[in-house]
Amino acid sequence: MTVPSNGPAKSAPRPPVPPAPAAPPVVKRHHWVVRLTHWATFLLLLGMIASGLQIYGAYARFGDRGGPSYLNPFDDLAFPKWSRLGGWLAGALNWHFTLMWPFMATGALYLCYLVASGEWRSLLFRPRDIRGAIEMQKYYLRLRKDHPPQGKHNPLQKLAYTFILLLGMLSVLTGFAIYKPTQFSWLTTLFGGFQAARYWHFWAVWIFVGFLIVHVMLVFVVDPASLRAMLSGWYRGRFPSHD
Amino acid sequence: MIDDHDGPPAGVDRRGFLQLGVAGGLASLVAACGWDGGNAVRPLLLDASRVNDWVGEKILFSRHRLARQYDIRERSTMLPSYFISREMPLLQDPATWRLVVAGLVRNPLSLTLEDLRAMPRATYTVKHHCVEGWSAIATWHGVPVSAVVERCQPLPAARYIRFDSFDSGYSNGWDMASAMHPQTILAYGMNDNPLPAAHGAPLRLYSPTKLGYKMTKYLVSMTFTAERPLGYWEEQGYPWFGGV
Repeated sequence: MTVPSNGPAKSAPRPPVPPAPAAPPVVKRHHWVVRLTHWATFLLLLGMIASGLQIYGAYARFGDRGGPSYLNPFDDLAFPKWSRLGGWLAGALNWHFTLMWPFMATGALYLCYLVASGEWRSLLFRPRDIRGAIEMQKYYLRLRKDHPPQGKHNPLQKLAYTFILLLGMLSVLTGFAIYKPTQFSWLTTLFGGFQAARYWHFWAVWIFVGFLIVHVMLVFVVDPASLRAMLSGWYRGRFPSHD
Repeated sequence: MIDDHDGPPAGVDRRGFLQLGVAGGLASLVAACGWDGGNAVRPLLLDASRVNDWVGEKILFSRHRLARQYDIRERSTMLPSYFISREMPLLQDPATWRLVVAGLVRNPLSLTLEDLRAMPRATYTVKHHCVEGWSAIATWHGVPVSAVVERCQPLPAARYIRFDSFDSGYSNGWDMASAMHPQTILAYGMNDNPLPAAHGAPLRLYSPTKLGYKMTKYLVSMTFTAERPLGYWEEQGYPWFGGV
């Protein structure tokens, strides 16, 4: 176990390795459907957002003409060119209305997988997870020393992933409400009218962006092994336990 | 926070993965920067747009579903209006203006404004949806296109109508089902007044089931065709069906 002292310079003598925790077990973490839909959603969502920001520029406000505008820090703002896709309104609309189909199909495929595999049990946040979520929050706030036991995902992760699924559905529904406000007038009315639906459709973008930033940060800070698991399907890290 | 034991068995592998991921992500972002898709992608997007036209026309549109009507007190205080000519299009001699109804019809027509006013009249207060994203409520008065169709009697081969204007050749093509919708009208009035020049006087097409750019202003003719007519914005890539 000891390193010879005359080894290469860069491998300085290490202290004797303690009996040490056994190497983390390698576990199968993500089915190929999950990996495929995860990365497809990522790319499609980028395209939807970028073309959406181009579309936004055509009328960068919310509220009926001649009426009051909704509160919006981005009023009359043109988003930077690098963030936009489509070149002009018609191009962006065509991107948006093309990508929406694979975007919805990917979401539907993922939901079917969740149901068919029973995976929804370890992913969806349910009332019984509230207690665990509080414990987990305590741990993150250093009010609790030991990491609470968890299954594939901890209760706060479940909360986040359930929330983002709902946000995806909200984006699709508000999208339909502003795509066909006359044909889907019941949906448009449900969201408070055409301009209100447009408003929520727009705000969903910033929640997605916020989620993306925190999601990526947590991957690198807390569990970098999970990135590899989302690529290869195999997980070798701190949280190998399963439900 | 980070324990040692999440260290990868082979660091190079993970670094490779990360580099690949970051490079791929950056590449796709750079590729997307203010990009319209280029000549390679644009035709594919237009094909997809035709699929969406089909979905919009055959699945989502219903000739029986009426747009919501509003109270006249809900009218917007402003409704922007666009034309493509350099100056606002105005008739030299309004008295000689006619709406020419031609193409694949049994009875070609040439209608004066008085003829149109004498036909069945429709009035509604509805929300206008612009492709840009704005909306506004106004009242429109006119004759249903279906009433004109009844009079000119299209031939069985007629599947589309081309609406032409005197605004620098601006035109639109409509499918017959959208044109026959009970709320599709040839409007000669707006908000209890004759149609203003800014909104397409003397006559414009109006329908709360379409985006603004489909509703031809400054009308001069409607022509029944067997082939799908394009239009000013449609030729430049805007969705052909343009339904809401």
